[in-house]
Amino acid sequence: MPIEVYGEETRFMTKILNVHQLKKTYSSGTKNLTVLDDITFSITKGDTFSIVGPSGSGKTTLLGLCAGLDRPDEGAIELCGTSLKGLNEDQLALLRNQKVGFIFQDFQLLPTLTALENVSVPLELQGATDASESSRQLLEKVGLADRVHHYPSQLSGGEQQRVALARAFSNNPSILFADEPTGNLDEETGEKVVELLFDLNKAAGTTLVIVTHDLDLAKRTQHILRLKGGKILNEKSTVLS
Amino acid sequence: MKGQLNKTEAGSAWLFKMAWRDGKASGKRLLLFIASIVLGIAAVVSIQSFSRSLEDNIALQSKELMGADFRIDSNQKPNERVLTIIDSLGGADGEEIGFASMAAFPKNGASKLVRVRAIKGGFPFYGKLETTPESAGQHYQKNKGALVDATVMLQFGLHPGDSVKVGETTFPIEGILQSAPGSTAISTSVAPTVILPHDMINGTGLLQLGSRIRYNYYFVADSGTDLKKLNDEVDPLLDLENADMDTHAATSERMGRRFNNVGKFLNLIAFIALLLGCVGIASSVHIYIKEKLRAVAVLKCLGASRRQSFLIYLIQIAGMGLLGGLIGTVLGLLLQQSFPLILQDFLPFEVALSFSFQPVIMGLLLGVCMSVLFALSPLLSTWFVSPLQALRVQEETPTKSQRARMLVMVGILVFMCCFSFWLLGNLQYALGFVLAIAVTFSILAAVALLFMRMVKKFFPASWGFTARQSLLNLFRPNNQTMVLLIAIGVGSFLISTLYFTKDILLQKASLDGSDKSPNIIMLDVQTNQKEALVEDILAKGLPLIDNIPIITMRMHSIKGRLVNDIRTDTVSRMNRWILNHEFRTTYRDSLVASETLTEGEFTTNSTLNGPVPISLSDNVARDARVVLGDTLVFNVQGVLMETIVGSIRAVDWGRMQLNFSIVFPKGVLDNAPQFHVVSTKAPSESVSASLQKQVVRKFPNVSVLDLRQILTLVEGILDKISWVVNFMAFFSILTGVIVLIGSVRTSKYQRIRESVLLRTLGAKSAQILKITALEYFYLGFLGSGIGVLLSLISSQLLAVFVFKSSFIPSLIPFMIILPGITLLVMLIGLFNSRNVLNSPPLEVLRKEV
Repeated sequence: MPIEVYGEETRFMTKILNVHQLKKTYSSGTKNLTVLDDITFSITKGDTFSIVGPSGSGKTTLLGLCAGLDRPDEGAIELCGTSLKGLNEDQLALLRNQKVGFIFQDFQLLPTLTALENVSVPLELQGATDASESSRQLLEKVGLADRVHHYPSQLSGGEQQRVALARAFSNNPSILFADEPTGNLDEETGEKVVELLFDLNKAAGTTLVIVTHDLDLAKRTQHILRLKGGKILNEKSTVLS
Repeated sequence: MKGQLNKTEAGSAWLFKMAWRDGKASGKRLLLFIASIVLGIAAVVSIQSFSRSLEDNIALQSKELMGADFRIDSNQKPNERVLTIIDSLGGADGEEIGFASMAAFPKNGASKLVRVRAIKGGFPFYGKLETTPESAGQHYQKNKGALVDATVMLQFGLHPGDSVKVGETTFPIEGILQSAPGSTAISTSVAPTVILPHDMINGTGLLQLGSRIRYNYYFVADSGTDLKKLNDEVDPLLDLENADMDTHAATSERMGRRFNNVGKFLNLIAFIALLLGCVGIASSVHIYIKEKLRAVAVLKCLGASRRQSFLIYLIQIAGMGLLGGLIGTVLGLLLQQSFPLILQDFLPFEVALSFSFQPVIMGLLLGVCMSVLFALSPLLSTWFVSPLQALRVQEETPTKSQRARMLVMVGILVFMCCFSFWLLGNLQYALGFVLAIAVTFSILAAVALLFMRMVKKFFPASWGFTARQSLLNLFRPNNQTMVLLIAIGVGSFLISTLYFTKDILLQKASLDGSDKSPNIIMLDVQTNQKEALVEDILAKGLPLIDNIPIITMRMHSIKGRLVNDIRTDTVSRMNRWILNHEFRTTYRDSLVASETLTEGEFTTNSTLNGPVPISLSDNVARDARVVLGDTLVFNVQGVLMETIVGSIRAVDWGRMQLNFSIVFPKGVLDNAPQFHVVSTKAPSESVSASLQKQVVRKFPNVSVLDLRQILTLVEGILDKISWVVNFMAFFSILTGVIVLIGSVRTSKYQRIRESVLLRTLGAKSAQILKITALEYFYLGFLGSGIGVLLSLISSQLLAVFVFKSSFIPSLIPFMIILPGITLLVMLIGLFNSRNVLNSPPLEVLRKEV
């Protein structure tokens, strides 16, 4: 944890994600289902952070809200110094493109694009005309130098997730959200992917937010936020403990 | 926005790149989309392009079509004033007297109704009389011979050197007439042409009272003559004398307009094919985009804006549309090469095909506009899909803005209206066409929905597994039931409507079997011939059915205004034909079967004391703008007769019998110069032939109409027309087949997953085959059934409102079209699912995923 010596305002500046009294409900027929309630926490720039909890506890919903993929019913989110409230869909997209990286449980590679093209997309969206060299280097880093022109359907699950890792880091994000990154992988492959994720993250100095129900994985992050029934059970720092 | 975000973003080049990357991987499916519109575009382009060529040809060959620069014609012997006008124009370069007459062929005793053209001078001055031998066209006048139509020569086994008897004169046949300016294939199939030397025509004895004779005077203009100006000056003068002037350009324009109308009609049929293809596109793109939505959500997670993700797929569809348009256009241009062959019976000349850019541009634009418009509604999903879909599968489809969908719908309707208006040149017709299409499509869609709801509600739970499973397939997610029912329904609707319409027309033209209906009509019987002719008929044991007197007359004044004054009145809204027409009237004391009294009272007998109460047909009353009680003065061959409109009749002109627009009561025209129409009924062709032979020999001026022959001709012409229409409808059917294949292939992935599951659970190939076959049976049977039923309704409406005829539907559409299309649908369905049935599940999955 950074030492808080610069007063309230300076401390706030180091926070890359501030979540304040978040509430999210979904309507199911005539009933309203509260998925998240009174969620408040913040993440310091450069930290690794995990959100854990049983199925249905609201982990993925929270991740979606923090990344600006969905809108809360109540509360405020500030991501990378920008309040998400009031941003329209395209402004949110721009923010994601320039500041955020994603890793999904089921990889979510674009099936009609090769590995290289998948990795290039975030940079190309920024207007880069030739992103293939840096994308190739990233693919080399994740050990897929010989798979650059393969389509997702021609890759194994572990390979696909490694392409997803390369894609997530391709735009040098300030914060990276990973939703159950090992959820669809066997233990051994999952372990390799996690190693790679942490290595890349360390090298890039990116803030990492992982949603997982794997406690072993969670313990590798600096902070763990436990959710249950849509509420924070507790938040603790694994570094201090 | 707070923060320091760099607002540079991917430009349009990246959008094209992404569209290409994605499209490349989905190539096969996208190609199938474009196949849906290719045929429709090909059909529209081919007709457009051919119409252009035809227009160009008519304009280029207009002189050859008339054979002269201009002509003065009249259906009465030109009076002094007309002859003076002709002289003032430097005299005619060529003359023609034309009329219908019987021609006898002494070689084998055959006779036939022909169109005699007695020609003087070097006519035609442009183009030529195509004859065999070639020289016959130049020498027939000098040799006092005849040129006889090629089909007649063939029909009766005649050769040059044989003879033909027209009226009292026998002519040696100088040559076989292949074609002549002013004779079309269709007109010669009714009455083939016989060309004779003009100076021999008096000898035939056929130029007498009652003969419908047309006098034509042909002119070759000096170069630089402004024909339009000449026409404007001379035509009003000729009008006063019941004559007319036509320039080659005006005649060709009229001809061009006639063909243009046919072209418009065929274009509409082609447009239906295109619309059908577009329904296929809308449906395929709907599923295509639905499967892409997660990828779109991922793109949005990675930072793509709504506009970018929407444009990627819009570019893809527009690109496919352009490609479809291009292929369709090329196909259309190739296709038009076959049109001269298909339409040869209707064309007055050989058409040299030319290339024009307009149909090409239209084809490309149609491809892009139609595919984008019809794909827009499903494409909107990419705009509205939430990036959250990348994290979790949301069952509900993204909420689309109702306003956006409405706008798309309006856009489609506006485009259809504009395009139809462009095709038809009449807003009312265009709106009517679009409305009719919308109603047909809506009915089919409503029936499809109703069907699915009914099956759901009354699901036959007691049925066996395969039957139940095949029914369930009709509601599977992303099912194609609606689009398939529309495609099959529209196709069947088109074919059976065409069939029924032909049926109605033939039924209308067919002969009444009762003894009172004649099948032989003898025209132009002179009063002094009547008794002898009737005796001959009775002597052969044949009944005398009609003996109708005919008196020719013209309008002299209408409601107190002289016809000549009305002619010069530019604001008069009276239909001009009334003023110039030579009416053939009759007198009798009762109505006949084809007539219904609609207004007034039919006067049976009258005297010449005071205006004569006459009966007008409703169309004449309407065109002359007269009502009951109005006065009309007729010029009955030089004698003026005052009449008053006593009654108005509705006449069924379609009946194969003699109908009259003006009927006088008995007692006033009995002593006027007249001729007669006599009819009888011959029980067989041989009796008919023997009667005709006798009549031609004894009364050469009498023309004999054998209604059975005419009916065969009508049937032949209808067959030719329906062949052309069927040819165009074929594009709709084929498009329907492609849409069907597209739909089957689009939902293939789901079918494969189901089949794999069923296989895994132990289903045999036969069971899966049965499920698939039954599913397509339901779709084919229902779609074609609704199509045929709808066509029954539309044909009934056509029969009542357009043809004013009764309609007894034939069973053929039910016996052939319905099972035929059902079988076709089943075969296509099974053929396209064959690899699902024949391959091991895992292999199929690997290939398809």
